[in-house]
Amino acid sequence: MKTHDVIVIGAGHNGLTAAAYLARAGLDVLVLERNPYIGGAAVSRELYPGFTYSNCSYVSSLMRPEIMRDLDLPRYGLQITPFRGGLTMTRDGDYIASYRDRDMHRREIARHSPRDAESYDRYSAAVMRQCRFIRPMLLETPPDPTSLLPRDLRGLWRIGRAFRDLGPAGMYETIRFWTMSMADFLDQYFENDLVKAHFTGSSIIGTGLGPRSPGSAYVMLHHHMGEVDGTIGAWGYARGGMGAISRSLAGALEAAGGAIRTDAPVARVIVRKRRVAGVALEDGEEISARAVVSGMDFRRTVLQAMEPGDLPAGLVKAARNFKIRGSSGKLNIALDGMPTFRGVPADCPALAGDLHVTETIEEFERAYDDWKNGRWSRRPYVDLMIPSLTDPTMTPPGKHYMSIFVQYVPPELADGPWTSEKRDAFGRTVIDMLSEYSPDLKDLILHMEVRTPRELEEEVGLTEGNIFQGELTLDQLMFNRPAPGYAQYRLPVRGMYMCGSSTHPGGGVMGAPGANAAREIIADLRAGKRA
Amino acid sequence: MTGDRRYGAIVIGGGHNGLVCGAFLAKAGLSVLIVEAADTLGGAARNAEIAEGYVAPACAHILHLLHPQVRARLKLRRHGLRLAARRLPTVALDAQGDHLTIRGRHLEGVISDDDVRAWRRLRRRLLRMAGALHPFLGRVPPRLGSDSWRDRLMLIRLALAVRRLGKREMREFLRIVNMNVADLLDDELSDARLKGALAFDAVLGTNFGPRSPGSVLTWLYRLAGEVGSGRTGLAIPQGGMAGLTEALAASARSFGADIWTGTAVKRIVVEGDRAVAVELESGNVLRTRAVLSSADPRATFLNLVGPEHLDTGFLRGVRGIRSNGLAAKLNLALDGLPEFTGLDRAALAGRIVIAPDIAHVERAFDQTKYGAYAAEPAIEITIPTLHDASLAPAGGHVLSAVVQYAPYGLAAGWEAHRDAFADRVMESIERYAPGLARRIVGRQVLTPADIEREFRITGGHWHHGDLAADQIFMLRPVPGWAQYETPISGLFLCGAGAHPGGGVTGAAGMNAARRVLSTRHGKDAG
Amino acid sequence: MTAGARHEAPLLKTPFHPRTAVLNQAKQWGRWAGYATVACFTELAHEYFAIRHAATLFDVSPMKKYRISGTDAERYLNRLLTRDVRKLRTDRVAYAVWCNDDGKVLDDGTVFRLGEKEVLLMAQERHLAWLQDSAFGYDATIEDVSEAIAGLALQGPLSCTVLKAMELDGIAQLKPFGIARFDLSGTPLTVSRTGYTGDLGYELWTEPDKALELWDRLMAAGALYRLTPIGSRALDLARIEAGFIQANVDFIAADHSVRMTRQRSPFELGLDWMVDFDKGHFVGRRALLRERETGPRYRLVGLDIEGSKPAAGALVYYGRARQVGLVTSAAWSPTAKRNIALATLQAPFADKTDGLWAEIYVNKELKWEKTAARCRIVTRPFFDPPRRRATPAPDF
Repeated sequence: MKTHDVIVIGAGHNGLTAAAYLARAGLDVLVLERNPYIGGAAVSRELYPGFTYSNCSYVSSLMRPEIMRDLDLPRYGLQITPFRGGLTMTRDGDYIASYRDRDMHRREIARHSPRDAESYDRYSAAVMRQCRFIRPMLLETPPDPTSLLPRDLRGLWRIGRAFRDLGPAGMYETIRFWTMSMADFLDQYFENDLVKAHFTGSSIIGTGLGPRSPGSAYVMLHHHMGEVDGTIGAWGYARGGMGAISRSLAGALEAAGGAIRTDAPVARVIVRKRRVAGVALEDGEEISARAVVSGMDFRRTVLQAMEPGDLPAGLVKAARNFKIRGSSGKLNIALDGMPTFRGVPADCPALAGDLHVTETIEEFERAYDDWKNGRWSRRPYVDLMIPSLTDPTMTPPGKHYMSIFVQYVPPELADGPWTSEKRDAFGRTVIDMLSEYSPDLKDLILHMEVRTPRELEEEVGLTEGNIFQGELTLDQLMFNRPAPGYAQYRLPVRGMYMCGSSTHPGGGVMGAPGANAAREIIADLRAGKRA
Repeated sequence: MTGDRRYGAIVIGGGHNGLVCGAFLAKAGLSVLIVEAADTLGGAARNAEIAEGYVAPACAHILHLLHPQVRARLKLRRHGLRLAARRLPTVALDAQGDHLTIRGRHLEGVISDDDVRAWRRLRRRLLRMAGALHPFLGRVPPRLGSDSWRDRLMLIRLALAVRRLGKREMREFLRIVNMNVADLLDDELSDARLKGALAFDAVLGTNFGPRSPGSVLTWLYRLAGEVGSGRTGLAIPQGGMAGLTEALAASARSFGADIWTGTAVKRIVVEGDRAVAVELESGNVLRTRAVLSSADPRATFLNLVGPEHLDTGFLRGVRGIRSNGLAAKLNLALDGLPEFTGLDRAALAGRIVIAPDIAHVERAFDQTKYGAYAAEPAIEITIPTLHDASLAPAGGHVLSAVVQYAPYGLAAGWEAHRDAFADRVMESIERYAPGLARRIVGRQVLTPADIEREFRITGGHWHHGDLAADQIFMLRPVPGWAQYETPISGLFLCGAGAHPGGGVTGAAGMNAARRVLSTRHGKDAG
Repeated sequence: MTAGARHEAPLLKTPFHPRTAVLNQAKQWGRWAGYATVACFTELAHEYFAIRHAATLFDVSPMKKYRISGTDAERYLNRLLTRDVRKLRTDRVAYAVWCNDDGKVLDDGTVFRLGEKEVLLMAQERHLAWLQDSAFGYDATIEDVSEAIAGLALQGPLSCTVLKAMELDGIAQLKPFGIARFDLSGTPLTVSRTGYTGDLGYELWTEPDKALELWDRLMAAGALYRLTPIGSRALDLARIEAGFIQANVDFIAADHSVRMTRQRSPFELGLDWMVDFDKGHFVGRRALLRERETGPRYRLVGLDIEGSKPAAGALVYYGRARQVGLVTSAAWSPTAKRNIALATLQAPFADKTDGLWAEIYVNKELKWEKTAARCRIVTRPFFDPPRRRATPAPDF
C-alpha cells in the first residue's frame, strides 16, 4: 500500500493552503474531504437554479497576500474586487454610510456629529497602529513564552522589539487596546450613538462577546488587519463567490502534484508506537502517511479523530475546555430584483457594501444577552450584503443574491435543541425585522436558505457552528491558540499536526494557519530525513 | 487653626489611604498634616450610627486586604487594632436551604468529592499565582519606554515572578489571566453554589459580570491582596471598621502627624507649575512642600487642581477613567438576631453570600448595562454584632449588606427609587431570612449616588475607578502616570485611584509615601 | 442637512466655483478639504509670475475656520497655543501652532482676534474634538464656521492698488497682520493683511452668498493691473520661496500620525520663536521644557541646493553614505534664482556648514539619473521683499 508523505484532513481553505505549500515543497500530499465538494466554509453553492451563494463565509480581506503570491492563486482563477462602502439604517428612515472616499465619509459622519467626523482620523490612526503591530505576526509561528529555545527567544524578542518601537504612548495604548471592550475603545473617540454603532459590528461578528465585553476591541482588529491590494482594512468579493478561493487553492495544489479525494470522511487518525501511521476512513479504508495534518477544529481533531490514550491528559482536557461557541447564523436569499430600503436613495453607492440596522451599542448588547440566555437575538445584528451588485455573475441578469450574516444565534436553545421549525422561526425573525426597513423584501424572495449553528456544524463540520474554529479571546490567541504549549501546529504524537483556524492566527478566510503549519511540517520532515 | 506652620506634606483626605500615607511620611520625619472634610475620619472605612445605639460599617465591612507592611510598620496593634473575628468562612446560600460553607480549602455541606478535590486544586493554583502578584501591590509600578534602571528592574522582576511559577503554571497563568471567571469555574467545578459564590468574589466591586473577560484577573487581584493577610483571612476589627481607622490615626499622631477633621479643601494652589499650598473652604491657605491627594483622580484633577494647569490629553485620560460605582450598601438595625433558614448562629457569624449560581450574578449584572438596578442582586452580608456586641444595644443586631449591582447612573434617577431598590434587596434577603423585615428598627441605604455625596467619591465607586486590565498597575490612574506623581510637581496621588486600587489595603497610601520620600520633595521637606 | 446628494458628492464646490470653473482652461483640479480647487487655470509660470509682478486671486474658502467665543476665549487660547495670545490685540492676526501633551505639533494656523471675546482660528487640519476637549473647564465655545465664510487671497505687489481701485478707504494704512472692516453692498467684508506668499497681500472674507459679487468687483477693479486668478501649484511655489511650512507636507499632524516617531515639536520645525514659556501653562509646555533641556531630535532647515533640478522627496546625506534627513518641499525659485528646499535633518547635522548632499533623481528622456547635489543650509525666507512689511503699502 502506498504511503503518502502527508495526509490533510479537510479541504477547507486552510487545509488546501497547507496542502498546496506541502506539494510545492515536493511532498506527496493527499487531501481528504468529507463532503462531496471542497471548500469547507469557503464555498460557492448553487442551491437555487442560476444563483450562486457564498453560503458560509461571504467576503474576503484577511487572505494573506503573501499566500496569494506564493501559490499564484490568480493563475487558478482568483479575482478579488473591493466593494464600496456600507451603511447602518435607522428606524426613522435615515442612515449613516461609509464611503471609500475620505471626504465623503467624513461629511457623512458630520451629518450625525461634526465632532465625531473630526475624530475619525485619530481613530483610524489608532486602529492602523494596531494593524501595523499585529500584521507581521500573522505568518509567524507563535513563540512559546515559557521556552528558552533560541527560536522561541528570537520570536519573543521580535515581538518585544515591535512593541517597544510603538513608543511609550503606543505601548500603553496597545496594552489597553488588547484588553478593553469595543464600547470603551469607541468612547475615547466618538460621542454619537449611531456613529459608534456603525463602527461596532466588526467587534462582535462570530464571537460570544458583546461590545461591552473586554476583548471585543481585538475582535474588531481581527476584522481590520486584512487588506485588498494594499488597502488595509478593506474587504472585497471573490469573483464567483468564496468558492473561487477554494478552487484556486485546489488548482495550485493539483498543479503541484497534490491530490484531493472528496466523499472521503476520516473516522480516525491511526497512531502506532506514538507516531502517526495514517488515517482510517469511515468505510474502514486505511490510508498510510508519514504525517497527518488536521484542518478540523481543535476539539474534533483531539476528541473525535484521535484516541485519548494516545495523548496527554492535559491536552484532552484543554480540548474539552476549548471555547468554541456558535453564535452566528446565515440567510442566503435569491431575489427576483433589487429591494428598496426606506430613506436610502436607490443609487446610493454604499448599498454595494455591508448593510446594518443596529443603531446603538445597547441594541448590540441586548442581542448578546439574548444569546447568553439561550435564544436567538430578538433584534439581531445583521451584516447584510448584496454581492450581485458588484459581481453580476452570481445571479441571472436583473436578479440578486442577498447574503445575511446574523449575530447572535446560540448553538443550543434554552428550550432544547434546534429543530426545523425553530430554524424557520429564526429566519422569520430576521426577515420580519428587515422588512421594517425594506418593505418589498419579502415579495422578492424566490428562495431562502436559513442556517443556524446546527447546520454549520453538521454541514461544514465546525463544532457548535463557531465560524472561527474557536473564540478569539486572549486566552485563545497567539501562544494560547488552541492551547498553551500546543500553539506551534504540532500535537504530541510524532507526525501529527493541526492547520485549521483553531490555530494561530485564528479564523477568517486567512490561510495563515495553513501556511504556518506547512512551514513547520516541511521543517520537521526535512530534519527527519537528515536524521 | 492658622496657616502659620508650614508643613512638609499635606495629605488630603482622612480615609485609610490618607491616614496610612500621612503616617508613613510622619514616620520618616516629615511634618505632616492630614485634612479630612468629614467630621469623622475613615472615609469608606468608618462607622455610621443608623439608629439609636446601632453602629454599622458605613461602607466597607470586612478587613481582608490590609497590606501586611502597613500593619507591621505602622504598629497598628500597638495603636489599638484588635480583631473581633478572623478567618470568617463564606456561607454560600442555596435556594433550597442546602447551604455550603467555604472555609479556605475546606468545603462544608453536601457536595461531591470531585468538587472538593477540584476546589483544592484550583485554590492552590490561584493562590500560587496570587502569591506571585502580591509583591507588586506594594511597589511603585514601572514606566514603559523609560531608560531608568528602576523601571527596567521592575519589569524584569515581573517577568521573573511569572517565570518562577514554573513552565506549567506560567502557561496556565498566561491563559487564564484574561479569561472570564464563569468559564474558568465551569471548566473546573460543577457545584452551582460554590461557583456562584466564587464568581461573586471575582466581580465584587467591579463593573463586570462573571462572563466578562478579565474577571479572572480581578479575582486574582483580590486574592493577591488576601495573600497578604495570611492566616488572618477575612476579619472584622473590634469596634467595627472605625477600629482600624482609630489605630491608623493613633499611629499617624504618634509619629507627629497633625490631623484636622471637618476641614474641606477648596483647591490645590499651583504656582509656577508646582503645588505649593492647599486652600481650605474656610479660605485659609496652608503652604507646603508636597501635597498628597487621596481624593479620587477626577476630584483631584478636575476640581482641586483645575484644568488650566493640565494638558488636554491628560484630562481626556482622567475624564475617561471608568469610575461609576456599581455597589450599594444596605445597613439594618435589628431588634434581635435574624433567622436565616438553615443557618445556625455559627454560620451567621460568617460572610453570607447570596449568589446561588453564576447565572444569577450574570443576570444581575446584565440589568445594570441598561441603567437599571438588579432585580435580584448578588449580596454579601455580615452581622458584625455577633463579633462585637458593643455595636448595638443589648439583644440588638446590625446586618450589613454590600449589594451588587446598583449602577451610579440609574436611568430613572436614584432619588425617586432608593426605597424601591432597598425593598427589592430586602425581598432578596428575606427569601433566605423570612421575617427579617419585622425585626428592623432602622434602615440605611447608600446607593452609589449617596456614596458619591457622603464620601466625596466621584461616581460613588468604592475603588475610585474600575479594576480592570486596562485600568490597573501601569495604567492606573491613567497611562504614563502610575508612579503616584502627577504632571504638577509636588502633587502626588495616594488614594484608591492609584495603584493598586481600592479595598481597605492601605497600599496606595504606603506606596505613595515611599515615592514622595524618594523624590526631592520628600528630601527637601525632611 | 438632509440625506442624499450633497454628502455623496466626492467633491464639494466652493462659493467661487461658478467663476473659477469657467476660467479653469487647463482643467486641472485638485482637492482640498473635500472641495474641488483649481490646481492651475492656464499655465504655472504665468500664474506664478503674477504673484511676484502684479496681483493674484486664490480661493481659500476650503480653509478650516473655527470660531471661539466666550468670556474665557483669551485664556482658552493661551492654554491651547504656544504663543501668548494676550499680546494679540483686537483686529490683529497671528501665526500660531498648537501641540499635544508630548509637545508635538498638532497643526499650525492663523488666529484672527475679532474682539475681546471672539477669535477665529484657521487651520489646514480638522481639530474640533481637540479644540472642544481643551475647552473643558473654560467658558469658551468652539464652532466650526468653515462653510459660513468665503475667502479670497489677493496677493502680489499690486494687491493694495487693486483694493484702492475697489475704493476700500484707508486700505494702504493697514499694517501687516492687521484686520480692517468694510461694507460690501450691505454685507460685512473683512480684510486682513495676511497671506501665504511672503509678498504684499491681503485676504478677504465675506458671506458665501456675497462671494460672486466680491469676485466680480475684485476682477473689475484689477482689470487694469493684470489681476490673475491662480491655482494651488503657483501658490505652493510662492509659499516655498516664503519658507512657510505646510501641514501634511513638511510635518504630520501629531494625532493623525500612525508612527509616533514621525511627530514633530515646534523646536524640531524651527518654530522656537513661537514658544512662550513665560506666559503660564499651555498644553505641551512641560514636554517642551524637557525638550529644551535635552535638545530637539530634528531640525527643519532651508536648503540651497546646487544645480537647478528640484529636490522634492530627496534624501539628504552627510558625506556620501550617512543618511541624515529628507527634503519635504522643494522648487527652483524663479525669483530668488536659487534651487531651494525645506528639509528635516537630524539635529546634529542641522549646523553643518559643509558635507550635506541631496540625492536627486532626474528623468532624462525616460531614463532616471541619480545625481548628488551639494546643499547649503540657508536662512529662510528665500525671498523676502520689503513691500511685504511696508506701511503704507507701496503703490506700484
